[in-house]
Amino acid sequence: MINPVPTLSPAAERAVVSVCNSYHNKPDTLLEILHDVQEQLGHVPEQSLPLIAAALNLSRAEVYGVVTFYHDFHLNPKGQHVIKICRAEACQSAGGFAVIAALENTLQIKLGETTADGKITLEAVYCLGLCPMGPAALIDGKPKAAIKPDNVIALVKELA
Amino acid sequence: MMVKIFIPRDMLAKALGADAVAEAIAKAAQFKKLDVQIIRNSSRGMAWLEPLVEVETPEGRIGYGGVQPADVESLFAANFLAGGRHRLGQGLVEEIQFLKNQNRLTFARAGITDPLSLDDYIAHGGFAGLKKALAMKGADIVKEVVESGLRGRGGAGFPTGIKWKTVSDATCAQKYVCCNADEGDSGTFADRMVMEGDPFMLIEGLVIAGLAGGATKGYIYIRSEYPDAIATMKEAIVIATQNHWLGENIQHSGKTFILEVRRGAGAYICGEETAMLDSLEGKRGVVRAKPPLPALEGLFGQPTIINNVLSFCAVPYILAKGAKAYADYGMGRSRGTMPFQLGGNLKRGGIVETAFGITLRELVEGFGGGPYMGKKLRAVQVGGPLGAYLSADELDIKMDYETLAANGAMLGHGGIVVFDGSVDMAAQARFAMEFCAIESCGKCTPCRIGSTRGVEVIDKIIAGENRMANAALLEDLCTTMTDGSLCAMGGLTPMPVLSALTKFPEDFGLPTHKKIAAE
Repeated sequence: MINPVPTLSPAAERAVVSVCNSYHNKPDTLLEILHDVQEQLGHVPEQSLPLIAAALNLSRAEVYGVVTFYHDFHLNPKGQHVIKICRAEACQSAGGFAVIAALENTLQIKLGETTADGKITLEAVYCLGLCPMGPAALIDGKPKAAIKPDNVIALVKELA
Repeated sequence: MMVKIFIPRDMLAKALGADAVAEAIAKAAQFKKLDVQIIRNSSRGMAWLEPLVEVETPEGRIGYGGVQPADVESLFAANFLAGGRHRLGQGLVEEIQFLKNQNRLTFARAGITDPLSLDDYIAHGGFAGLKKALAMKGADIVKEVVESGLRGRGGAGFPTGIKWKTVSDATCAQKYVCCNADEGDSGTFADRMVMEGDPFMLIEGLVIAGLAGGATKGYIYIRSEYPDAIATMKEAIVIATQNHWLGENIQHSGKTFILEVRRGAGAYICGEETAMLDSLEGKRGVVRAKPPLPALEGLFGQPTIINNVLSFCAVPYILAKGAKAYADYGMGRSRGTMPFQLGGNLKRGGIVETAFGITLRELVEGFGGGPYMGKKLRAVQVGGPLGAYLSADELDIKMDYETLAANGAMLGHGGIVVFDGSVDMAAQARFAMEFCAIESCGKCTPCRIGSTRGVEVIDKIIAGENRMANAALLEDLCTTMTDGSLCAMGGLTPMPVLSALTKFPEDFGLPTHKKIAAE
């Protein structure tokens, strides 16, 4: 027997349709729609793509192409907390890679992975515009600058 | 008597604890029954002093730098509300050398005003440029911008007025203005600070551009890494529209300009103007071939003015004070001021807005104070991840478009990132290629494939495999990318790579005589 494709819950379906409606189903607002869907559902479920495509009069392939082009959008759920740590040059010059290594060590995961308990996702980001006071990160959307490898354990503890 | 306390709402100040400090001060004042008003102002752009708490006194604003919640009790004990002495005290903020030695035109209001107070904005010269522009013909606005000598601050340095003229001359039912706020270059943050700290200035610049080009609709494309900038711009647009500085019938002039914020989604390439247009149309951010120029066939195929945040923000001053006042700053063909952004390993990072022509040494040593903890500066990357690395003996270079270009470097968006002796330049070159591979839109082969091959070749050089032959191969690959890429992403990635290779061959395990040969 073929595994049935998981479907969206009726509530999630309604949420997707209502997000599309709030942008008047205009195809140029696709990125805004995907941001909003992701904010509400935690990710952009693959099953939502046909709904979005139908609403905007696009093909599923077009919507899928956009979702997978941009680093922000993800088809699968992330951890409860997301740490986006900067990998770009200004943070490198301030010891950014040592902070990333400390985070990877503490969490026992690599960049782009989620801890086994589903709590924390660690992601790379390329510049947050906090360059004079690196290394910098966005932790659940909140900015944090001048991070030292020694602060990392405390930082992670705050989330646990 | 009520005392005004200023605590920045800038993202960097927040990242260093400004919200907790504001809360602690408010609580302590309430407990002590002191009459204070806390204003969440914009940032002065002195990053190393954030969170910078300022107190208004009859002598002027007194600053306290690097304040943490734990310092609040001792600040009250030192009577900071009257400007009392404290170990974090910085004295009169406007007298701090870092600020005093600048020519702030774009950042004139930075740290002084409440970003979302229209009254503050107008009291400090806001909308003077737009008022003039509303009474002018589009062609006359364009003429003023041409005469100011303003060049695109996003990186390409194309004369802004010429671009506007192309759009202004095009006849078409619907034209657009698009503001590129996808400030992805590492080491740059001036756009972020403007949007968070002085959003009405950007709105003013955009409305003037609309009047000049005959466009009634505009978009600001802001990268998603800047959540505060997105929120502040959206709020500012609502306030400006309610007060008739935006929208229909602006200040009873009968002119219309509708403005909308659009979020990016974490793609560096969308800072390339045509990729940004595709993204604004809801598509993958893939670079378009030019021609057609976006000025003629841009957003939705219509004539479109596209400029960087800082370019638009220079315009209100130009209109208010006249093209000559702006052009009097600068040197050669680089007119006006540039908000340089000092980042990386520096004692004093932040915004330094000065006329073009300042030397890199004055910026990184004079303003920046050199690397922290007294370490020796080894390399400086100017102009973001696609900009060249300069060595410690090149610091006397003058910062203007032409001088940098003549020395194999570029100004880019004005970002300056300083590295000390711990930097491994082979690793930096590898990173440049890796970044290009991650962020390439994939449309053209030299960029898509070349960047991945570049990482591999650099890995071989680092591993000591046929070093000389692979270095020659890397140079060859860089030539292909430079000449064959569709846009600046693949076309300029060789700049950091080759500058690292020729100026720091020892880091690649290559003989240093290559350095002499390169010179």
